[in-house]
Amino acid sequence: MIRLDHVEKTYRTRRGDLVHALDDITLEVGENEFVTLVGPSGCGKSTLLKLVSGLVPATQGTIHIRGQAVREPFPDVGFVFQQPVLLPWRSVLDNVLFSVEMLGLDPREYRKPAFDLLELTGLAGFEQRYPRELSGGMQQRVAICRALLPDPSLLLMDEPFGALDAMTREEMSLELLRIWEERRKTILFVTHSIPEAILLADRVVVMTPRPGRIARVLTVDLPRPRTMDLEFDARFKAASDEVRGLIFARRKEQP
Amino acid sequence: MTAAAGRRVLNEYVVPAATLLGVLVLWEGATHALHVPRFVMPPPSAILAAGWEWRYHFIAHTWVTLYETLGGFALSILVGVPLAVLIVYSPALKSALYPLIVLTQSVPKIAIAPVLLLVIGHGEIPKVIVAFLVAFFPVVVDTATGLAATPPELLDLSRAYRASAFKTFLKVRLPMALPFFFAGAKVAITLSVIGAVVGEFVGSDRGLGYVILSATSYWKTELAFSSMILLSLMAIMLFGAVALVERLTCPWLAPGSEE
Repeated sequence: MIRLDHVEKTYRTRRGDLVHALDDITLEVGENEFVTLVGPSGCGKSTLLKLVSGLVPATQGTIHIRGQAVREPFPDVGFVFQQPVLLPWRSVLDNVLFSVEMLGLDPREYRKPAFDLLELTGLAGFEQRYPRELSGGMQQRVAICRALLPDPSLLLMDEPFGALDAMTREEMSLELLRIWEERRKTILFVTHSIPEAILLADRVVVMTPRPGRIARVLTVDLPRPRTMDLEFDARFKAASDEVRGLIFARRKEQP
Repeated sequence: MTAAAGRRVLNEYVVPAATLLGVLVLWEGATHALHVPRFVMPPPSAILAAGWEWRYHFIAHTWVTLYETLGGFALSILVGVPLAVLIVYSPALKSALYPLIVLTQSVPKIAIAPVLLLVIGHGEIPKVIVAFLVAFFPVVVDTATGLAATPPELLDLSRAYRASAFKTFLKVRLPMALPFFFAGAKVAITLSVIGAVVGEFVGSDRGLGYVILSATSYWKTELAFSSMILLSLMAIMLFGAVALVERLTCPWLAPGSEE
């Protein structure tokens, strides 16, 4: 579904320094595949998402989605960020409807699907609340509903559970998997957490920083549906050791 | 009523009211006991009496000052909000306009007032303009801050969904800036009262500021005091009105719904 060929990104900071964010990224992501990008800060994971969404142009190389070159933002995509970034003046329901409104669709036709999504994410009964009345985890669920409502074929998630506490985080990971089982789509998921990356993914893309490069792409050979118990599985342990090795080996090399 | 609620009412209402009353009684007693001349410090009873005696005049004067204040306030919003939008959307305009706006703020308004009255002449319009000049700065700065406070992720989201810049402005940036705008507007309405009075001080024959000035020149201190009290009441009520509009337009900010 997504194909990146020798993609490179260099940008200039406000102070005028050139930053080589991504170097020679070649990656293919299949239809309905769940791919996680893991790596330390500054390895260009978030930049990669922005390139794929067309919000930011690549300096070199090409990006294709379903055979079409990405040159400008394309709307068949859902975003979930580290912060929920909901609109504080809108109710939960109206926040979910925000995406279809901005797409220029008729929000009245999406009320039923919005209710269904809120039900699916355990937010039934909270439709008329304001975001600030909800916990951080619930707010992030609203953000996920907002991203899913137009039923995009691609979901880009930039550390969506990064701001949540550890317990909520595990719960949300499993919930995301459950939603994904029900509504299959291609997901690109950026995270700092190695266990999270493995638990969720079909394939884990391990990245190293300065410049951001792909160190290795791991296929996660674990059965679905997955549960937290997998953390004690030998294959899980092997995978996470491998990822850890790739990230920390580089660190020793480059003091 | 529980004991805690009773104590709250006592602390929030009874104590301040009793204190105020005590100060007034002390004031009244002291002016009589010490034989303070009325033009130096009139007792509260004299201030009240003067105000009551002048009630019909005061209605007319209050109306004039209210008109000037509201005119200046309205103008500061009509000019300030579009200015804030221009500053936020165009970096070039920002570098062109910002120094100018700061410059107008660095000139003491009391110094501009005589010049303005000289150029524009008499009547209410120059006072409206002085009130506007005093009041528009917080509207511009706070609204601009609010418009710039939109999280970049939301702007990315709007861009990804291919929403037009105008739609993004209307549905995201403007409501996001609303609480900031009201913070500026609340400062602006009180400054506007000051601007109107300053304008009246410089040259006028109407308004509460004019009453203060002419009453003091005739040694009628109690009249000046009643005019001052009316001015403060007006400022408090205008501030309350803006706060009320804020509560009605930004219900999501209301306290108490937190769980």
